[in-house]
Amino acid sequence: MYIQGYGILAAFIGFSLFFACAALVMSWIVQPKAPGFLKEKPYECGMNPFGDSRIQFDVKYYLYALLFLIFDIEAVFLFPWAVAYDELGLFALAEALIFIGILVIGLVYAWKKDALRWDGNA
Amino acid sequence: MNFNLNDLFIVFWPVVPFIGVAALLVFVVIFLVLMERKVLAWLTIRKGPNRVGPGGWLQTFADAIKLLFKEDIMSCQANKLLFTLAPIIVFAPVMVIYGLIPFTEHFIAINLAVGLFLVFALSSVTTVGIVLAGWSSNNKYSLLGGMRSAAQAISYEIPLVISVLGIAVLAGSLNMLDIVKAQAGGLFNWNIWPAFIGFVVLFICSIAEVNRIPFDLPEAESELVSGYNTEYSGMKFALFFLAEYSALFIISVLIVTLFLGGYTSPLGFYLTQIPVLIHIEQAFWLVMKTYAIIFTIMWIRATLPRLRADQLMAFSWKFLLPLALVNLVIVAVWKVVV
Repeated sequence: MYIQGYGILAAFIGFSLFFACAALVMSWIVQPKAPGFLKEKPYECGMNPFGDSRIQFDVKYYLYALLFLIFDIEAVFLFPWAVAYDELGLFALAEALIFIGILVIGLVYAWKKDALRWDGNA
Repeated sequence: MNFNLNDLFIVFWPVVPFIGVAALLVFVVIFLVLMERKVLAWLTIRKGPNRVGPGGWLQTFADAIKLLFKEDIMSCQANKLLFTLAPIIVFAPVMVIYGLIPFTEHFIAINLAVGLFLVFALSSVTTVGIVLAGWSSNNKYSLLGGMRSAAQAISYEIPLVISVLGIAVLAGSLNMLDIVKAQAGGLFNWNIWPAFIGFVVLFICSIAEVNRIPFDLPEAESELVSGYNTEYSGMKFALFFLAEYSALFIISVLIVTLFLGGYTSPLGFYLTQIPVLIHIEQAFWLVMKTYAIIFTIMWIRATLPRLRADQLMAFSWKFLLPLALVNLVIVAVWKVVV
């Protein structure tokens, strides 16, 4: 508990970025450099790579991202409630249960709409 | 100017947490890689590494040195800047999380009121790095691996965070030390008893978060070569590797801290009474519990096959998420009743 506060957090983030960069730089200094045309081709199990790899994604990734956003924000809203739970009492418990209930209805709706099916036609 | 040892101590004191965390991280990874190979060998009746050093002890050191001196090959079609940035973004947050974990009562580098929240915020940043690695490689396997990893990480993040909410209710705080202190006093005060469902959910989600079998779809060797890090070599690959094993260790420490009493003794009292020895004993208990969890995760790896992508997503949204919500309600009601 010798150092408190957010300054040390910022310092830590800086230090870990430095650590990672230092590892890369150190390796860059000592490594052999022998570039070659075939070496620098994208790896495709020995076949000649064809086309661009940056293809369009399936929309299902987007659906999951949307669902994630909703439930992540739910969790963020519930954190203050959870920390102050002792002081808030039964009324807050009832409110939180209603809040969770509304989101469960949302989950059931998404479920019934087959939004949670990975192999569906979404 | 009079310069004695005490001045030197004061000058270097702020550097101690940084060096300590960096040394711990590297040491833990080197040990963990060897342990995993030995444990897997033992579970599948093989010998494992046994050539370098006595009993293969120095194998990981040899591997680390080899990786340092390896040529760094960069695909000519890759986005050079993002390709280099990705391993840094994956690795750095994991290292910051090491500073946020209480290893003993005083060995915690960053002690914040929102420690627990920050741990999960930082662990999500890693996903960005993985997607970046997959996209910037301009390789089909990498891209698929990166996208799968993102989908998996965001799906398992939700039950993970909601099961952790139960801990915040029980401890009434997000400070890591407060959470551990709320569980002091032996085996029966641990959070695992009121929040047992949460423990199960968190354990499963943790395995998914560190991309290990049975949830290792982002790196599925038999389909995607090596997933998002297919194009990486040399030190950049080593950073991914380092981040992966550090994350395995840190998530196990997190499970222990949140549910299994952290560094406190399961007996309810400390065997040693001298302050210095109590620290060593706390570290001992933490390490014992953590390695029990890590061993279980390795055991699971040797036992279970890989899941299919649709099973993986359905399992999180249709099973773990409702279970995590039930856990939260149970814990909230339990707290009122008891």
